Amino acid sequence: MTIGLNAFLMVSGLLFSIGIFGVILRKNTLVIYMSLELMLNAVNLALVSFSRYNATMDGNIFVFFIITVAAAEVAVGLAIVVALYRRRQSVMVDEINALSR
Amino acid sequence: MLDILFYIVSAFTLIAALLMVMSPNAVNGAMCMIAAFVGTAALFILLEAYFLAILQVLVYAGAVMVLFLFIIMLLNVEEIEPSNRKSMRSNFLAVLSFIIVSGLMISAFSGEYLPEPELLPVAANPDGSVVSKIPFTTSSKSFGYSLFSKYMLPFQVTGFLLLSGMIGVIVISKKSTEQLEAEALLEKERDAS
Repeated sequence: MTIGLNAFLMVSGLLFSIGIFGVILRKNTLVIYMSLELMLNAVNLALVSFSRYNATMDGNIFVFFIITVAAAEVAVGLAIVVALYRRRQSVMVDEINALSR
Repeated sequence: MLDILFYIVSAFTLIAALLMVMSPNAVNGAMCMIAAFVGTAALFILLEAYFLAILQVLVYAGAVMVLFLFIIMLLNVEEIEPSNRKSMRSNFLAVLSFIIVSGLMISAFSGEYLPEPELLPVAANPDGSVVSKIPFTTSSKSFGYSLFSKYMLPFQVTGFLLLSGMIGVIVISKKSTEQLEAEALLEKERDAS
């Protein structure tokens, strides 16, 4: 394979910027949350490509831990979204503005 | 051959991610998200991290996205986009920031400024003799060696984190005692009438 490290890093950076775009653009909390997952995923890709081109295992282990933490984070975050919906009957961020008034 | 595969897979991943962000329906967005995760898993396979690719499909595309789809369909929220001037302006600013950030990424990584390291050969079957600098291998055995020697403490901490996450979910989604008492009172009144 003649594809270098920088090509993988560019894909990772573009995925990250798409994630940021989703967080800024969307109003639905669940879609914002999915964009956050996409950003985590982009970081995973960068770590794996660094690990491969450095020929050490450490990046891969780090990604392993990130996947575990992301799974725990999704469970807690979705529980918070459901609790929020039960109280406010909405998951749109522009209707949840009690602190800005 | 692998180069063409890289271009196809990365284009697929980026388009799926962009569709996820742009799709007005959250369920369609979740489906595109699954496609983006599978594309990332394919990129992991191109980087010869087979174990992580499998883990990516199992945990992300499987467990996490099923949880997401479950919550999206449970809450059943339709996103009504108000097309007033304020939201138009914020959308325009979001697109502008996206163009700036992605242009920065492309210009940073496509130039000749950064060093381009050679693709090093993958080590043979590991035996766990080297602890300080574990070489890159394709076998999942080296994950076990690393997790139980060099990364023992983070491994234990992650286990504890999963436990605390589980307890946290139970605490958050449990109804408070006042709520339960109010519901019981309402039930009693309904029975009396």
